[in-house]
Amino acid sequence: MPTRIQKEARKESLLLNMGPSHPAMHGTIRVMVELDGERILNSELEVGYLHRGFEKICEHRTYFNLLPYTDRLNYVSPLINNLGYVMAVEKMLGIEVPERAQYIRVIMSELSRISDHLTCLAAMAMECGAFTVFLYKIKAREFIWDVIEETTGARMTTSYIRIGGVRADLHPDWKESLQKAIIETRKVLKDVAGLLNKNKIFFNRTMDIAVMRPEEAISFGWTGPCLRSTGVYYDVRKAHPYLVYDQMDFEVPLGKRGDNYDRYDVRMREMEQSLRIVEQCLEKTPKSKGPLMVKGIEPVQAIKASRKKKVEERIKLSPNLEGSEKEVYEDILTENRKYIVPPKENTYTSIEGIINHFKFFMKGHGIRPPKGEVYFSVEGGNGELGYYIVSDGTDKPYRLHLRGPCFHIVSAMEKLIQGRYVADVIPTFGSFNMIGGELDR
Amino acid sequence: MEKKKIVGLLKERFQDKIKETSAHLGDETLVIDRASLLEIVTFLKNKPYEYNMLLDLTCVDFLGQEPRFEMVYHLLSLPKNHRLRIKTRLSEKDLSIDSLTSLWENANWLEREVYDMFGVRFKGHPDLRRIFMYDDFEGYPLRKDYPLRKRQPRIPLRK
Repeated sequence: MPTRIQKEARKESLLLNMGPSHPAMHGTIRVMVELDGERILNSELEVGYLHRGFEKICEHRTYFNLLPYTDRLNYVSPLINNLGYVMAVEKMLGIEVPERAQYIRVIMSELSRISDHLTCLAAMAMECGAFTVFLYKIKAREFIWDVIEETTGARMTTSYIRIGGVRADLHPDWKESLQKAIIETRKVLKDVAGLLNKNKIFFNRTMDIAVMRPEEAISFGWTGPCLRSTGVYYDVRKAHPYLVYDQMDFEVPLGKRGDNYDRYDVRMREMEQSLRIVEQCLEKTPKSKGPLMVKGIEPVQAIKASRKKKVEERIKLSPNLEGSEKEVYEDILTENRKYIVPPKENTYTSIEGIINHFKFFMKGHGIRPPKGEVYFSVEGGNGELGYYIVSDGTDKPYRLHLRGPCFHIVSAMEKLIQGRYVADVIPTFGSFNMIGGELDR
Repeated sequence: MEKKKIVGLLKERFQDKIKETSAHLGDETLVIDRASLLEIVTFLKNKPYEYNMLLDLTCVDFLGQEPRFEMVYHLLSLPKNHRLRIKTRLSEKDLSIDSLTSLWENANWLEREVYDMFGVRFKGHPDLRRIFMYDDFEGYPLRKDYPLRKRQPRIPLRK
């Protein structure tokens, strides 16, 4: 079946296909352009190559089970995706989260934001020919992911932020590794600014190219760094504060022209602000009441002993569950025990524990929000990441819809590249930070 | 509260066209008549309310209820910093509603998505095609009567 552009194309012009598998179309997207020489007369975008039916799958999973699917949306900043979903459910349930858990969530979402921006700009710079910048930024991202990995146990698909709190407490050495990551990231940001901020080649590719006017950006539903690059002040963290963002001191960088360079520049400055927030969290995070690591008997011994009598000693959990012992629960998980996974020590060693465990995981039980609907959004790497959940009172969402910021941003691309050169498609596309998982869902 | 005023004032102005208002969990919601969608939304977009951004547009399938489908719009007012949800019900027999493409640019893709997933037709949409699925895909995947594991391979699967 001919596409729109094939029908509309003039006879004398050339139709060119970029993607879906093209080195610069990171993520899978197809850009069809109608060319007169190098000039783009018309273009059409085709998306959906990464459509996995996220929303359909979620309707068939319980509220607890579907969390790992949210990791796969914006896979560069999975923690923010977790956070958005979890906070939407918490809003429905009316759960309060302990302060320490809130700070941990802020740290994690800011680190994710930095890694999101780093990845976006790294790819954008590489596609403009600045391969050094790519390597520098990926190096900084590694340090950030080290911090994330230490605490969450995974680099990308973390599923760390859970309904009612977070899965485990921070790693005992988190402060050192976080400080190291901050120093290294600052160094990289300085180096990259030195390489690109006054670079003639980079200027030519980005300055005054794909200019978005503020009214148009609002009309396209742009949010996040892309909207702010046009000079519109809107940040969910400031406009509708969640967690402890209202206690943090940070600025919202704005651009002036709304071109590719501004989108790069706003992201660069935003990373600095995120680093500031993380630094404040380093000082402000309340101390954990219990010890971070529990010393006790091995789980195997505890299970053996539990067959004869109730186990009174402390139990050391397996490395996979480290940091999520019963003792640290009060710092990181809500008081409302109905909505959180029962402690593993109890599950394995007492009959009440195992009943609680089954009550939580059994079909038809577990987390059952009251009937109703909710919309909650957080500031994701790309902008307002909103979850709309309709509950019918069962343990599965009746409908879950994601407002992916990418979707709105990429929909403006046809308009932005019209009348430009073929070479302008690449930096324009790079500056959007298109993430397939979030766009196609 | 100013927020309460907005819903109240709208109810006064549009009378029967707004069937219901609620503020469950702090999300202000208007349930409106399908025919007056464009009128109410145009009014909201302009001064004095200035809901200038269409945050989100989606559909929910309430299988077994009549009317079956529910369109959900989320609007955001940047100057007032306020969100508003607008809902309207669509019957399966006449599954169509006015398009918002004349007011917001992003309605184009959002409505294509709803058309793709639910089969809702938007009157006045310039280019209503499937967006995620391919053109000859049969059925509407997000409807409740579309099975989760139904397969429609474009190339026959190897046995």
